[in-house]
Amino acid sequence: MSLTGLFLVVFLCVHLFVNLLTLVDADGSTFNTVAHFMGTNIIMSVMQWVLGAGFILHMLWATVLTLKNRAARPVKYEVSTNSDTSWSSQNMFISGATVLAFLVLHLVNYFYKIKFTELIESGQMSEFELVTSIFQPQYWYFSVIYIISFILLGLHLNHSFQSSFQTLGLNNTSWLPRLKFIGTLYAIVIAVGFSIIPIFFLMKALL
Amino acid sequence: MGTLNSRSPEGHVSQQWTKFKSTCHLVNPANKRKLDIIVVGTGLAGASAAAALGEQGYNVKIFCYQDSPRRAHSIAAQGGINAAKNYQNDGDSVYRLFYDTIKGGDYRARESNVHRLAEVSNLIIDHSVATGVPFARDYGGLLDNRSFGGSQVSRTFYARGQTGQQLLLGAYNSLNRQIKNKTVEMFSRRDVLDIVIIDGKARGIIARNLVTGEIEKHFGHAVCLATGGYGNTYFLSTNAMGSNGSVAWQAYKKGAFFANPCFTQIHPTCIPVHGDYQSKLTLMSESLRNDGRIWVPKKIEDAKRLQKGEIKGSQIPEDDRDYYLERRYPAFGNLVPRDVASRAAKERCDAGFGVNNTGLAVFLDFSDAINRLGKATIEARYGNLFQMYEKIVDENPYETPMMIYPAVHYTMGGLWVDYHLMTTVPGLFALGEANFSDHGANRLGASALMQGLADGYFILPYTIGDFLSKEIGTKRMSTESPEFIEAEKKVSDRIQKLYAIKGNEPADYFHKKLGQVMWEYVGMGRTEESLKKAIELIPKIREEFWSNLKITGNPTEYNPELEKAGRVADFLELGELMARDALNRRESCGGHFREEMQTEDGEAKRDDENFAYVAAWEHKENAVPELHKEPLEYKEVKLVQRNYK
Amino acid sequence: MDLTLKIWRQASAKAKGKFESYPISNISADCSFLEMIDILNEKLVRDNIDPVAFDHDCREGICGMCSLYVNGRPHGPDDDITTCQLHMRKFKNGDTITIEPWRAGPFPVIKDLIVDRNAFDKILQDGGFISANTGSAPDANAILIPNREAEQSMDAAACIGCGACVAACKNSSAMLFVSAKISHLALLPQGKAEAAIRAKAMVAKMDELGFGGCTNTGACEAECPKDISISNIARLNREFLCAVILE
Repeated sequence: MSLTGLFLVVFLCVHLFVNLLTLVDADGSTFNTVAHFMGTNIIMSVMQWVLGAGFILHMLWATVLTLKNRAARPVKYEVSTNSDTSWSSQNMFISGATVLAFLVLHLVNYFYKIKFTELIESGQMSEFELVTSIFQPQYWYFSVIYIISFILLGLHLNHSFQSSFQTLGLNNTSWLPRLKFIGTLYAIVIAVGFSIIPIFFLMKALL
Repeated sequence: MGTLNSRSPEGHVSQQWTKFKSTCHLVNPANKRKLDIIVVGTGLAGASAAAALGEQGYNVKIFCYQDSPRRAHSIAAQGGINAAKNYQNDGDSVYRLFYDTIKGGDYRARESNVHRLAEVSNLIIDHSVATGVPFARDYGGLLDNRSFGGSQVSRTFYARGQTGQQLLLGAYNSLNRQIKNKTVEMFSRRDVLDIVIIDGKARGIIARNLVTGEIEKHFGHAVCLATGGYGNTYFLSTNAMGSNGSVAWQAYKKGAFFANPCFTQIHPTCIPVHGDYQSKLTLMSESLRNDGRIWVPKKIEDAKRLQKGEIKGSQIPEDDRDYYLERRYPAFGNLVPRDVASRAAKERCDAGFGVNNTGLAVFLDFSDAINRLGKATIEARYGNLFQMYEKIVDENPYETPMMIYPAVHYTMGGLWVDYHLMTTVPGLFALGEANFSDHGANRLGASALMQGLADGYFILPYTIGDFLSKEIGTKRMSTESPEFIEAEKKVSDRIQKLYAIKGNEPADYFHKKLGQVMWEYVGMGRTEESLKKAIELIPKIREEFWSNLKITGNPTEYNPELEKAGRVADFLELGELMARDALNRRESCGGHFREEMQTEDGEAKRDDENFAYVAAWEHKENAVPELHKEPLEYKEVKLVQRNYK
Repeated sequence: MDLTLKIWRQASAKAKGKFESYPISNISADCSFLEMIDILNEKLVRDNIDPVAFDHDCREGICGMCSLYVNGRPHGPDDDITTCQLHMRKFKNGDTITIEPWRAGPFPVIKDLIVDRNAFDKILQDGGFISANTGSAPDANAILIPNREAEQSMDAAACIGCGACVAACKNSSAMLFVSAKISHLALLPQGKAEAAIRAKAMVAKMDELGFGGCTNTGACEAECPKDISISNIARLNREFLCAVILE
């Protein structure tokens, strides 16, 4: 979990960086250039498969682990307080599953359209136009779904960042609080960073 | 009345163990595999014995009543373990440890055994460190020591306030290693209910599986009892709830003599009793006396106000405090031996100076130490004890002085054993607190851990070999032999008999009643009159027990009421023997204080002329037990009145 | 105070269990939790009802035998204590207290509130020791152990094997327990020689016995009566990964 997770953590950083470029200039030319580069360069074409594999491994392993862990407690407690732990840590499978559902929608919205239709290649739409087209007032529900998913993703990351270091044994009493802090910061940056984009374009269209 | 032979080797006390080791009979490795040894109890003595015997290649079966060997009550020992390492360069030596232990025991222990204990003490520390016991260390990485009651050197090794736990876990780890190696087989949740004797030798045990209720028979070429003490005879003690004297008592009934049963240690630093629902007493380590100062108010009015809860201890000015131990014993001060400290506390409280609502408590104050060393240092030394105190009493001992009162803690008496740790039944050995041998009439702090591990790791493995060397021709016996069947039937019959009473009161009811009689009449101060009273009262409670006991459920399931009933039945007999022994010993020595026998300033007054012997009692069916004496000859140490002034 | 106790009753390992409610009155706030159950049991015996079976022994928080899940927390509503150190002053008059056994596949119920924790012994038997035969040790001061390592080792060695970590963990993972023993021994020079074998063997046994995997929720640390830190789990992971990679 930790290795695939950390890989996905890096991926999210890159993804966020590229996405935030949509805010750089009004016509999206910087974003288009970078997006085009990402879509066509050979390394990225390979990485795309690695990324897919990373996701699948992460999900498979999560399912195996969750099933095993559930089997380890055949009789549940009548009263349970979850002790003094975070909601994130107790509900990783739920937040993960929600993010997965979002991912499917997200792939249909963008990945499918870019890779399996002529939309971009034919010049009908630029990458920038495709991104912004979803976040229009008439499709308000997309924005809402996206933002809720980003919050859940943030919660998922809040636990996962420090947890992966713990699992890899790269932790001790003094680093634990630091990693927890960095993890929370990272989760906020990702959740807020991604959320800014729909909010920005929605506001832009409305105002 | 007979005289007992201790089988101590000839020669000077310092040469006896060396001589024994060099001349005892050995069993070769191929024969060890053919010999079975049963060990009962998994405390320091039992676990270390089983591990050491397993390492040597014997087949060992070990039994405990708890769910895991790691729970044995040695785990609760807090303060430390003594050894004559002299790492502090303060003049310690094997001889001095030997001398202090004999003196601390008020000259009622066997010289040869105690010297051997002092000799092997250093090996225990070495071995414990090698097995991973995290003793306290100073910044250079060397071992640290603290001082303890009854000695003027710092020879106590410790692991915070959890030394017993760490030593037990060390022995338990070694035991686990042997279980893995299949030399030791573990039987947990078993109550051992009888010893099987075949042709005069101990050859096995009858155990009850506490989960299924099944009665099991186990054979061994020798049987070792490491079952701890019988302090729970008093109901309230610092022992664990399950600690019992039953196995030793059954051994007694099968012919093993019971030595000095009246020697009970009342520990001075326990948390006072707070209600009649109380199930046990909690010890605060004696190590606290290193830095804590014990006091009561000087003025009776202040004591009265404390008892009514009108003022707090911290409000009493320094000049109005009576640091009675420092006053009475300037040389040892707060570090006098346990029996002396306990009696002094009782004396003050009896005089009306008690400091809590029951009037049965004295202060143990750390304010001086906190001012001198800082709170952090005190916390590092005693943090877990302070926390424990706060959880129970709901007061912060960093701010208000602790309240303490003596409580039953340890029994120096036990099965009589010779130098080989063998009881009067051949093949039946007793080690640790279960035997009587090393502490005389009073045990010094940090000596119980030392004795348990000495017996288990370093003494029994030699002495049992000497016995087993003559058993290599003895084939494993069937547990279907008439002796086993008979013992099994006896055990089943007793269980049936307990069920058949169908009375009205649970076992605890009788246990509490016995405890009250014991504390009242066979407690810290004993008189001829009180002891006679106890001997009169205990049989009455026993009679009531056997006519009014109530057990629910049935014997073929997990049944804690049945377990308790069996143990209480034995305590009800053992308590009487304790009183008889105390009555016989018309002298005061160590923990045994006969009020008729005291010096002018209230100290214990021994009678060496008439009582320098071990009183070993032989069971007689339906008759008064018979007294046998083992004379105590002191060749090395001169008998003097103990003086801690 | 007057209370209602809702207690899990199960006659034996195979029997089907259920909750039973028992009213209890006149309980002093200074009474310990287990003494309160003693009072209940004495009453039950007098009423011809089988008393509630529960594990307990030393009653001073060190043997690790007591094991109740009280109102949703192992060892009840107080921090850094075992159930025997829990006092009734933590409850209010009129409270209903739900008492359950530890729940975990590898800890099957024996009777009522008693579970079988033999799995812990089995894990330790597979490597939780230093192989040193009696009599072979060098002088105790021949091995220098810096104060810091000795203290850290002691922190981990303080584990009492009660199983609260498993009971608290939503995955019934035994990682805190195993890591405490691994850390205790791996931090000492004497224990380093067989650290790799130990880590692999103990982890394999833990998995074999059906304990869940660690997802680092930290519930174990929060409920551990001896305050054992999850940084020990990181150390176990480190020891284990190194052992596997370096093999």
